[in-house]
Parts: sequence; C-alpha cells; structure tokens
Amino acid sequence: MSVEVGTELPEQTYRVTRADLVRYAGASGDFNPIHWNERVATSVGLPDVIAHGMFTMALAGRAVTAWTGDPAALAEYQVRFGRPVVVPDDDAGAEVTVRGKVGAVLEDGRVRVDLTVTSAGEKVLSLARAVVTLP
Amino acid sequence: MALDPGLVGRSYPPSAVYEVGRAKIAEFATAIGDPDPLYRDAEAARAAGHPDVIAPPTFAIVVSLEAATGVLDDPEVGIDYSRVVHGEQRFTHHRPIRAGDRLVATTTIENARTVAGNDMLTTRVDLATEDGEPVCTATSMLVARGES
Repeated sequence: MSVEVGTELPEQTYRVTRADLVRYAGASGDFNPIHWNERVATSVGLPDVIAHGMFTMALAGRAVTAWTGDPAALAEYQVRFGRPVVVPDDDAGAEVTVRGKVGAVLEDGRVRVDLTVTSAGEKVLSLARAVVTLP
Repeated sequence: MALDPGLVGRSYPPSAVYEVGRAKIAEFATAIGDPDPLYRDAEAARAAGHPDVIAPPTFAIVVSLEAATGVLDDPEVGIDYSRVVHGEQRFTHHRPIRAGDRLVATTTIENARTVAGNDMLTTRVDLATEDGEPVCTATSMLVARGES
C-alpha cells in the first residue's frame, strides 16, 4: 500500500442503538448503568443513555483495521474521550462517523493515522491516533 | 481530598490468570459489529500466520479494565467508583491477543493528580502470558469528577 501524509481512509459511519450497548455491555463486562438505564444516566447529569467510550473506540478501530485489511497491523491505539455519544431509546439510535488520514510516515513501514470521530455533528473523541504497520 | 502524588509508581500483585476463549473473542467481535474472519475462523487465522483466532485490538480492555479499576479499591487511593468516567485509553500491542492465551495483568499507577477538584488517575496494565511473554500494555486514565 502506498501512502503519504494526508492520505485519507475511507469514511465509515456506524449506527449505534440501545440494543448494541446492551450487547457490548455483556461482551465487555462493563455493566455501568449509564450505558443502558436512562433513569441512572439522567440522575448523574447526562442528557440520556450514552455509549461506552470503549465501544466508540472499538468502532473507530474498525475503520482503521478495515483500511489496513489486517487487524494484527495495529500496533498502538489511543484516544481521549471528549464528549459522550448520546443514544436515544428509538430504532434509529445514534450515528458515529469516523474519518482518518495519515498524519505521519514513521520508520519500519509504520504510519500514524489521525482519526476524527463525530456523532450528531460533535467531535466525541480527541487525540485519537493509531500506529499501523503497512504491508 | 487530593490524590497523593506519592502513589505514582505503586504496583499491585499480578492478577489471576485470564484464559482467552474463542467464543469470548467471537462474542466481542460481534458486539462491535466487526465481521473479520480472523476473529472467528481458526483456519483463516492460521492462514494469516496466527496460531489461533486473534482478538480485535480493543479486546484487551476485557482483561485490563478490571485490573485498572481495582486500584480504586486501594484505601490510599480512595476514589468512589460511582464518580469515575473513562478519560483516556491507550493500547500498545506487542502482538495480537489470541485464543488460548493465559494472560496475567500487572498494574502500576503511572500518574496521580488532582486538577480543579477532579482526581485523575492513570494506570498502566501490562498483560503478559503466564510464561512472561509481553502481549499488550493498556493505559487507562480515569477521572473522578469533584463533588460540586
């Protein structure tokens, strides 16, 4: 794969519903009720149930591994959780959009990918970066 | 009460062994909606050079988060879990986690500070096999919002 600084990854959009959060809670073991119980979420000052930050991080990671074609190529991955992804109790849920571009070409065939992850028009992750080894 | 900067560097005893199962990896991959066959099909994984199915990059949190949040139970840390939100997360993969791995988590406090009444605790969880092969380093920054 030939890339240079500025090379863009295909944009990905993922839909997130309450059912997805329940499934993620079970798979990850993170049963914090703010991710499935509106009563608890609003009682701690959130607008509604929010997605697990780690779920959003996993979705953004999919955009990277789909691009490289090899999940084992992802060597480093970091994010800061900026704003929550608010997931309403309806069938449409929330949308998470992941854009990425190559921010740096490193040694040994590795590149740094800088990600922009938004939901409802707001950036939900910041300093979201992955270092991948390209074939 | 402000976090004691003297906590930095404190290490905790290794966790019990977590044995990574194929079904757990597949369940996690399905939960994040990722159809990649390397997470489900051992033959496909072997064809790609792995001994067994591998786990998605963020699967490490399944093993590391319990170790990271366990630090909150240290009486000298004294953070109320109900006030905690996940601030930052970083993974450094030495190799993919795979089915059959028997992982041990060792946790170290990397940073502890209190900013504007919010406690910010950074823990590093080193995941290695029972035999000591490094697999993944998972660094979590947890924020306990100040009571206002």
